[in-house]
Amino acid sequence: MLSSNQVALTYLVASVFFILALKGLSSPLTSRRGNLFGMIGMALAVATTLTLTHNWLIICGGIVLGGLIGAVVARKVQMTAMPELVAFMHSLVGLAAVLIAISAVNNPFAFGIVKALGEAIPHGNRVELFIGTFVGAMTFSGSVIAFMKLSGRMSGAPIVFTGQHMVNLLLGLLMLGCGLWFFVSEGTNWTAYIAMTVVAFILGFMIIIPIGGADMPVVISMLNSYSGWAAAGIGFSLNNPMLIIAGSLVGSSGAILSYIMCKAMNRPFLSVILGGFGTESGSASAASGVQKTYRSGSADDAAFLMGNADSVIIVPGYGLAVARAQHAVKELAHKLREKGVTVRFAIHPVAGRMPGHMNVLLAEAEIPYEQVLEMDEINSDFPTTDVVLVLGANDVVNPAAKTPGSPIFGMPILEVDRSRTVMVVKRSMAAGYAGLDNDLFYMDKTMMVFGDAKKVVEDMVKAIG
Amino acid sequence: MATVDPLIMNLMVFVLAIFVGYHVVWNVTPALHTPLMSVTNAISSIILVGAMLAAGPADADWGVWVGAVAVVLAAVNVFGGFLVTQRMLDMFKKKDKKGGA
Repeated sequence: MLSSNQVALTYLVASVFFILALKGLSSPLTSRRGNLFGMIGMALAVATTLTLTHNWLIICGGIVLGGLIGAVVARKVQMTAMPELVAFMHSLVGLAAVLIAISAVNNPFAFGIVKALGEAIPHGNRVELFIGTFVGAMTFSGSVIAFMKLSGRMSGAPIVFTGQHMVNLLLGLLMLGCGLWFFVSEGTNWTAYIAMTVVAFILGFMIIIPIGGADMPVVISMLNSYSGWAAAGIGFSLNNPMLIIAGSLVGSSGAILSYIMCKAMNRPFLSVILGGFGTESGSASAASGVQKTYRSGSADDAAFLMGNADSVIIVPGYGLAVARAQHAVKELAHKLREKGVTVRFAIHPVAGRMPGHMNVLLAEAEIPYEQVLEMDEINSDFPTTDVVLVLGANDVVNPAAKTPGSPIFGMPILEVDRSRTVMVVKRSMAAGYAGLDNDLFYMDKTMMVFGDAKKVVEDMVKAIG
Repeated sequence: MATVDPLIMNLMVFVLAIFVGYHVVWNVTPALHTPLMSVTNAISSIILVGAMLAAGPADADWGVWVGAVAVVLAAVNVFGGFLVTQRMLDMFKKKDKKGGA
């Protein structure tokens, strides 16, 4: 049995390991060591906690069972399905937080919340339990909706109705009211506690349904943050610094990612959260009525142009991942490089369904990360680039972002329009998710190549031979 | 500093940890944002510690079983989170070797 001082010191060591785990991710070279540090930190924390508990059989059995499930899922999951997996895992953290809080309300003595068995929970701890529970509950139900939207079990379209914000506000007040009831009651008021928890579940659900599928990078980062706050909240309830530290690290990480994603879409965080974007379809642009002309060509033409270029930049979007064309693209880059063409990839921060998703998809196709550049690193190189190949991306290369008055004005874009020749692979002339027409497609130097991204890229590979 | 309310101590820890997290995460390279998310996911399953305490009291009642379910859920996350992060980071490694060759 360790003394509580020894336990606290081990938690301190584990916390340092967690910080090193995050620090390792500053470069791909140190990242694997970082992940190892994270595992060590977790193992330390769990082993230390085990000395404080009874029922080892139940606990170890639970860890083995959960661990097996987790290991199988981690091995089986497709990289395109990472966003769903992450959403699913957030929901588990949220649900676990709620269960722990319920257990603490049931037996506060076991957690050291009260000094003697059967004593009422002090009011301060009730507030902490209330916060831990509702953050956990909202994380759970919100993540379930995010999971269903991302995995296509539910339409990604925003679900909006009149008075939605009023309903949410009332639910929020109702939840606070139940919390207050729980707070002022003599002894443990289960009715108030359960009512509060149920309302929090409904609220988490209501908050995510109006957010459209394309805003998912923000939602998933936000839920990432919530899951951290849920852990920290439970840490306050249980007076456990380990949970507070690890939870806060995760909470601030998720908050930063949400901020980065909002900035990359030039959308205020609040408007993403209030939802409904993408419902007011692109009628404005469609109604202009002027038939603009564009140039289209075949995969062979495109391959010829690229084969004779000095430098090519490939701009992948989520359409590439949907078509599972990553490996074909790698082949194309390889063929071009053999002909002496400089090939690089340009990634917009919101390419893919979650932060950094496209980088992982290209990494899976074994495209060296030195050739994959972020928007800020590569934007100044477009004017000196012979050919840019846009694959399944639209709004992130739309020059309308530079035009005041455009709905996407101010959004940082990849400045593809400044390069010498642009080739866009697309299924049709349909607008992107912002519902906007893209002037890039009608420029003299642009050639459209219609078709499925994978098929087109494979044809290009053949044509280059 | 005779006796400080534990809540205040917790608040100190909380605020400082947020600052540490803020500064460390800004240094994460954007290419690794997805692994960052999966590893923070694994770290937030530190809630396993709370679940173990919930499942751990000697005087067992139904609360222990609620805790046990929480243990299973959190353990899925611990293993799933770290292993999937490892899998992703290994992809960045493989390329690294080929890129050098």
